[in-house]
Amino acid sequence: MTENSYTKTELMICVAARLFEDGTTCFIGTGIPMLAAMLAVKTTAPNLVPVFEFGGTGAILEELPRAVGEARTFHKGISAAGICDTMETAQRGFIDTGFLGGAQIDPYGNLNSVVIGDHDHPKVRLPGSGGGNDVGSFCWQTIAIMQHDARRFINKVDFLTTPGFLTGPGAREAAGLPPGTGPAYVVSTLALMDFDSDSCRMRLKALYPGVTVEEVLASTGFELLMPASLEAIPAPSAEELRLLREEIDPLKFYI
Amino acid sequence: MQILESGIGELIQPYDMDEFREWNRTRKSRKLIDKRMSEHEAVSKFIYDGCYIGTELYGTVRAPMSLAREVVRQNKKDLRVCGQGVLELDLWLAAGLIKKLDITYIGLEVYGIPPSLRRAVESGQVESCVEWSNASITWRMKAAAMGVPFLPARSMLGTDMLKYSAAKVVEDPFTGTRVALLPALILDVGIIHVQRADMYGNCQIEGITGFALEMSRACKRLIISAEKIVPTEEIRKYPDRTVIPYFLVDAVVHAPFGSFPGEMAYMYGRDEPAIKEWVDMSSTAEGAKTYLDKYVYGLKDHAEYLNLIGTERLEQAVATRERRQA
Repeated sequence: MTENSYTKTELMICVAARLFEDGTTCFIGTGIPMLAAMLAVKTTAPNLVPVFEFGGTGAILEELPRAVGEARTFHKGISAAGICDTMETAQRGFIDTGFLGGAQIDPYGNLNSVVIGDHDHPKVRLPGSGGGNDVGSFCWQTIAIMQHDARRFINKVDFLTTPGFLTGPGAREAAGLPPGTGPAYVVSTLALMDFDSDSCRMRLKALYPGVTVEEVLASTGFELLMPASLEAIPAPSAEELRLLREEIDPLKFYI
Repeated sequence: MQILESGIGELIQPYDMDEFREWNRTRKSRKLIDKRMSEHEAVSKFIYDGCYIGTELYGTVRAPMSLAREVVRQNKKDLRVCGQGVLELDLWLAAGLIKKLDITYIGLEVYGIPPSLRRAVESGQVESCVEWSNASITWRMKAAAMGVPFLPARSMLGTDMLKYSAAKVVEDPFTGTRVALLPALILDVGIIHVQRADMYGNCQIEGITGFALEMSRACKRLIISAEKIVPTEEIRKYPDRTVIPYFLVDAVVHAPFGSFPGEMAYMYGRDEPAIKEWVDMSSTAEGAKTYLDKYVYGLKDHAEYLNLIGTERLEQAVATRERRQA
């Protein structure tokens, strides 16, 4: 790979990393969020406090964790406690951002990670919620990271695992979820999306280099709202790519 | 209190808090008894067909793998199982041992969806999957640990998770807002792996505690496997490190490298090729069977397993361990 080329996954990690705010607490799940958090700490958010659900808080992310409970999730950390501590911390409003993934996402940012097809006779059994539902319920804002295609971006998820805005404005609060919480962004392999504050529906925010609006729409199985002005995501910088390839994932687990 | 919504999932393990108190009064000795035994003895004595069982922590981290393999070896069937798993529950699924699941997450983490889970659930071999989030299953154990019938939580609300769980939604009698009630979960058997224990079952954990506190207090029978068996004086030197007191424990199994191929904080790291071997072989039912033949059925016990893995691999795992900062 030449210095100027990059993969979709690398770009997606960079886009996610740029969304971390310095000095905030953040629930990190296995996979892309871990790489994004590491990149953020090394670039724009050096004082990020990563929280891993099984108990690690404030780890110094020197090496890529491969599991949400492994020792790297509390390496030089401030606390190695248990899942009740982290989840209760989230439930009482201390976790700012949560990163999520799923097999399907709908216009309201609801995610599915339980089954494709009928629950009791599934076409595909997926791993399950894990902490996903909790992260989506408790964190002040969530960011979903998704492969972008029309099978995944669909009008109705087969199984609503992790709450986005549910059925629209006011639905989270009506269900009993904490007010003022919900999805903020969707980082996909094609674009960055946010949510319209009036309708709570997903809206295109910014395109990746070389990606067209038509391509995004063709890869989205529901009506994606258009912004007043479309932003452009800059390509990964040479430094971001170097950090990713040399320091964060040198063994190429993800990139 | 008005019930606003009820999950349609089965309450696989109904609770009886008074019976649990009575059990703890009459069936859990406060005497200091030497509870050391082998994996074989512990599993044959306390795990039975149809029991409700859970493991802690999970698959690649402080997991009771030597006990999980022994459960497969003894072919304990129709198990009703809770929780999150990677390798341990995947082995049970592949061996056809699991009948019902209170499932939170069974996955191979970086390696994705476990083919064994897919085969077992999609074929109907697992009769039912009742859905819970990680927090909610742990809070169910916490309720049992507290000795109360349920705990309120703001998890699973508004989703299909609630619908396919056995939780209920009620109006908070104090404020009128909607809240989920999670039923207490009392396990028939729990198995937990720790860094060190004495012969009576006093256990100390290093690194994250996962849900060891909650599960250990929510079990009728608790089997501990420990990397090291230490004298009680060692426990008493660091009482602040004791997570599980002896009277919760029914069996203490000495299992060095008991979490292998997973890791043990400050003792050994994970063995990626060994984990990958299961990931690759379990992609087909035949491959999974070959793996089980090689690493479980074909071996007598954990000592033979470690022999098969070999000193070099074990030393390598130790070399990659997390180290305490000087």
